[in-house]
This record gives sequence, C-alpha cells and structure tokens, in this order.
Amino acid sequence: MFEVPSLSDLNVGATLPVTLLALGACVLLVVDLFIPRERKSITAWLTAIGIGVSLVFSLLSLSGAVEFGSGELAFSDMYRADRLTDTINVAALITALLGVMVAYDYLERTRLQRGEYYILLMFSAAGAMLMGAANDLVIVFIALELLSIPLYILSGFRRPQEASEESAMKYFLLGAFASGFLIYGIALIYGATGTTNLPEVWDAVAGVVAEDSAAKFLVMIGAGLVLAGLGFKVAAVPFHMWTPDVYQGAPTPVVAYMSVAAKIGGFAALVRVFGMGLSTFVLESGAPAAWQDTIWLVAVLTMLLGNVVAIVQSDLKRLLAYSTIAHAGYILIAVAAAGTAGLEDTAAQAVVIYLIAYAFTNAGAFAVITAMEKDDASNTSLDALRGLASRCPWLAAAMAVFMLSLTGIPLTAGFVGKWFVFKVALQADLVAAAVVGVLTSAVSAYYYLRVVWMMYFEEGEGDAATPPALAWAIGVAAVGTLVLGALPYLLSDMAREITLAFGG
Amino acid sequence: MVPLWMYLLVAAGLFSIGMYGVLARRNAIAILMSIELMLNAANINLVAFWRYNQPAQVGGQVFAAFVFVVAAAEVAVGLALIINIYRQRRSVVADDVDLLKW
Amino acid sequence: MTVNEWIFVGLFLALAWLLPATPIILAKFLAPKRPNPIKQQVYECGVETTGNTWVQFRAQYYIYALVFLLFDVEIVFLFPWALAYNKLGLFALFEVVVFIVLLVVALLYTWRKRALEWSS
Repeated sequence: MFEVPSLSDLNVGATLPVTLLALGACVLLVVDLFIPRERKSITAWLTAIGIGVSLVFSLLSLSGAVEFGSGELAFSDMYRADRLTDTINVAALITALLGVMVAYDYLERTRLQRGEYYILLMFSAAGAMLMGAANDLVIVFIALELLSIPLYILSGFRRPQEASEESAMKYFLLGAFASGFLIYGIALIYGATGTTNLPEVWDAVAGVVAEDSAAKFLVMIGAGLVLAGLGFKVAAVPFHMWTPDVYQGAPTPVVAYMSVAAKIGGFAALVRVFGMGLSTFVLESGAPAAWQDTIWLVAVLTMLLGNVVAIVQSDLKRLLAYSTIAHAGYILIAVAAAGTAGLEDTAAQAVVIYLIAYAFTNAGAFAVITAMEKDDASNTSLDALRGLASRCPWLAAAMAVFMLSLTGIPLTAGFVGKWFVFKVALQADLVAAAVVGVLTSAVSAYYYLRVVWMMYFEEGEGDAATPPALAWAIGVAAVGTLVLGALPYLLSDMAREITLAFGG
Repeated sequence: MVPLWMYLLVAAGLFSIGMYGVLARRNAIAILMSIELMLNAANINLVAFWRYNQPAQVGGQVFAAFVFVVAAAEVAVGLALIINIYRQRRSVVADDVDLLKW
Repeated sequence: MTVNEWIFVGLFLALAWLLPATPIILAKFLAPKRPNPIKQQVYECGVETTGNTWVQFRAQYYIYALVFLLFDVEIVFLFPWALAYNKLGLFALFEVVVFIVLLVVALLYTWRKRALEWSS
C-alpha cells in the first residue's frame, strides 16, 4: 500500500535551481555568523553569487542546453520541473538579484547591515520558485509560507522605526489570516477529491462534476477560499487593504523586492491551482470553468480600485502600492482566461510574460525611490520629485522609462505584457474585462505621466544619491525594460513553450 | 461511528469563531490565537477527510503535520514581531489592524 | 455511538465537574477564616516575596520559549519516522539525517546569536 521511495525517485537534478538556492541560504546562514559586522558586504556578495549560480542553472534549463534530472516530476510527484517552472525561476531570481543590489547601500547608510537580510531574501525567493513548481497543494501551501514568512520579517527589518514594525505586524496578521483561508480551502478540495496532487485533483474534479454529487459544493467553496488566500498574496481587491500601508511602512528596498516576488509566487500558484488543477471544474459542458466569472470580476474590481485610488495619492510609495494593485488586476484577467478550455497554455504564457516585464519595471521604480529616500525614511512624497531631472538626469530618465512601462506605452516591456494579456482575454471572450483594462490603463497614464511631468517640468529641490550597486540595479532594470519592450519576441519566445502539461 | 459531517461541522464552527476573533478582537495576541483556531479547523477537516475517505493513504495526516509546523513558525515570527512592538510602545492593541473592518 | 454510550460521556462530564468542585465548596464552608498579612501574600514556593509580584518577565524568556517551540514542533516529523523505522530503511534514514542537519544549522545560529545565554 505504501512504497518507500528511493533516491532516484527524488530526481533532485530537476529541482537544482531551487535546491541550490535553499541550500546556499542554509550554508550562508552559518557562514554569516563568522563574518564580522563591518564586513557584511561579503555576505551580500555571496548572496549575489548564490542567486547568480541558481539563475545560470535556470537559464540553462530554460534554453534546453542541459537536461537536469530525468523527466519533469521530482520529489515523489510533488515538484514539477516544466517550462513554467523555469520561467518563474528566472523571474524570481532576477527579482532577488535586483533586490540584493537595491538593498546593499540602503542598509549600509541606515546602519541596518545584517546578514539575515540577504538570507531571508534568498529563502523567500526559493518560496516563490517553489510556488511555480508546485505539483501538489501541500507544496503550494508550504511554498506560500516560505515566501511570506521571510517577507513579514523583512518588512519589520527597520527597527526600531515604528512605521516599519507596524507594517510588519499588519502584514503578518493579515497574511496569516489569509493563509488560514488558503489551508481551509485546500482541506475542502482534498475532502472532495481525496487527493492533493494537482494532476489527480484535475482528474477527480472532472469525476465530481460528472457525478453531480455534493462534493461539487466542497470544490466550489474550496476554490473560493484558495482564491481568497492567493488573492491576498497578489493584492487583489477585496483582499488588498494591507498593500498601501505595508508598502509605505516597510523599508523601500524590501518593497522593491516583495512587490514583485509576492506577485510572481502568487500568480504562479494561481496558474498552477486554477489553470492546471481546477481547469476541469466545468459545471455546464462547453462553458468555461466555473471560477472564471469570479476571477474576471475580481480582476475588474482590482483594476478599477487600484487605478482610481492611485490618482489621489501624494506619497510616491503609496501611489506605487496602488499601482501594484492595479497591475494585479491586469494579470488576473489572464488567469481568468485560463478558464476557457484550450486557452490554458496561452493564458499561462501571458501571465509569465507580464510578470517578467513587471519584475524589471516595478523593481526599478522602487529602486529609484530608494535612491531618493533620505536616511530617516522621508522624502518619498510626490513633491520630492520636482526638479529631479535637472539634478539627476539619468535617474530621472530611468524613472521616466519605468513610468512609461507601467502605463503600457509601446516600446517598453509593460506594453508587451499588456498586449499578451488583453489578447488572451479577447480570445477567451472576456471582452468586458479587456475593455476595462484598456480604459483603466488610460486612466493610469494620468498619474504615471504626472510623475514624469513633475521630474522634468517643475522646479524644485528633487535630489537623490545613487551609490554604485543601486545605480547598477536601476540601470539593469531600465535596460531590461527597454530591451524587452523593443524586442518583444525575447519574451514571447521564452514563454511560447509553456504548457500546463495535461491542461490542454 | 460519528458521521463525517459532525467533524466538518465542528471544523466549520471553529473556523468561524477564529474568523470572528480576527475581525473583532483588537489585541494582536488574541488575533494571533484566532488565526491558530482557523488553522486547526483546517486540520480537523484534513484528518477527518483522511480517516473517512482514504484511511489507506497518509496524505491528509501528513498534510496536517505540515500545517502544525507552519503554524508554529508563523507563531514564532508573529510573537517576535509583537514583542518588538510591545517593547517600543508598551501596548499590543492592534488599533492599526482594523483594515478589514471597513 | 449508541445512546447508552453517550450516557457514559455525560456521567464522566458530571463527575469531572463534581470532583474538583466539592473540596472547593466544602472548604468554603468548613475552613476557619483568620486572615493575617503573611497569609495574604502571594504564594511563591514558600519563600517570602521580594518586590512587586506582577513584574514583567524578561524578554529572554520569550526568546527561549520561541526557540523551544520551534524545535519542539519538529518532533512531529521525527515521530512517524521513528514508528515506522523498521520498514522505511536507509532512504528514510538519509532523509532524517538531512532534516536534523537543517535543525543543527538552526541551533548553531541561535547559539552564535547568544540566544541561549542568560546574561545579555
């Protein structure tokens, strides 16, 4: 009845990127203990190297140059190493690398330089990667926690500053609340299907629907609760309330990292759970999956609220927090599109393309704020932007690129992401959602372009300091945003082969 | 034997109590305890479903064990954060955690 | 469960309330009441109390408690393995060793961070 697995069943090779990262974090945890306080740059370098090595392995696996492990499944069907896993790995690792670069000088000048920062960042990146590789609801849950718990601590890293500690407590309490929903939902799905393995769930849900038994309602409630739990992570309305407060209070480099990493992980898990596991939850034959309507409604609400409330913000961090909510809405459209039979793969590709474009853009935008921010966490208001272009022309240019990309102007990465999302939405007949998406994008142009306007055409004291690591991070993000925008096939080629295995 | 639905009812009750606690209490520690109730409600579900639907496999039980450990990790981090705030302000009243009460 | 078995549950419930309640109530009526300052003091293992009893515990206690909690909970993974040890063989042993090594890393970390020392 129960077979003891052997080492070859583990197929560790297939999980190499994430295993290396997690192992590296554990080793670094010990190594860091013996690095004196004033030489933490060593830890930062080691972290960067660890992430870099993992990134190289992911890219090798993505390009198909090297085949790690044998087959797609690893760890007794818990882990799925397919194309989606590789692309999510790359996105998460790039974000983590940018996160380390943005953080280094900030930690130095605010006297927070501790090794734990980098190690926690590595662990949470491993969590985001695992969410993309989840082939089992257990992994979805554990990976979510592995992603979130370090983020709770990182948000409170700037102690004894009250705003930071408060944001950490808020984020923690609401995050734990959301994971309660997630786990309860998973328990109900387990009850209805008798399994937590996503391919088996996929199979069993089809049976449950065919039988028309009471288990159908368990799946329905379960799916709703899972959506709530993951929706919290990606800051979708109505689970978005924590976002502005936490993003405003948490140290800016942390926000640069977590605003992207949490979304990468959350959306990867949404694609895995809904696009893969529950794609057979079709109540009327021929209709899209039953959860599609809910998700696109959530998407519409998220886009509307995020974009409209962002208009009236006067603090740059808060403004971008609402902007991240709005972007969660755009990506959710693609997730909803995965509910139409036959579109799962295209939808997953759109999600990945958007996430990678968003990773460069958003991490870059918060990196610019890090450069502007003073040591006492002030100077992040919109007014502080006035006249930035005359003092720091390069920084202002980079910020302009990020703002244009967030708006979705052609020739930037943001445009490519939106293009693919709206395209798949139209294919899935989600016309209303796509229309709202386009309209709210137009609305968003107002507040994004206002940032550009203030930097270039208004007089003021805007100033910033860009030490080397931060300058590199901003440079890489800006170049990435432009290159991916100018050469959209880079992204689409990378994502083209993403399939949800048995979903199609 | 006690039918499955009774366990589910207990779990649902526990979950609701936990949810009420999170939304209604103002003390951070009490909120944390309420969250624990929610997690344990899920655990009851997992173990009950396992026992009634497929006692031959270990899936549900193992999952429950994972939930324990994750819950413990969450509590450790949460208590540390709360202690930190307490040292600073001598109060753990989560007045600012009324976000969900709009 | 039949109704008869539920009666037993009810009996035990009643008994569980009754047993501790009886001496408390009896003491209330029977015991002589002659309070004096020494008797009124808070009981602390028989030693005379010094200072205010309602003091704050040191934060050190919490760190201890948290560390204990985390290591304690890990037993949940070791216990099933120990139970099925004979059937699981070398592979599971290897897994558990990996698991314990991870715990040792954590212990090493706590130790170097001086969380295990009393004076700080």
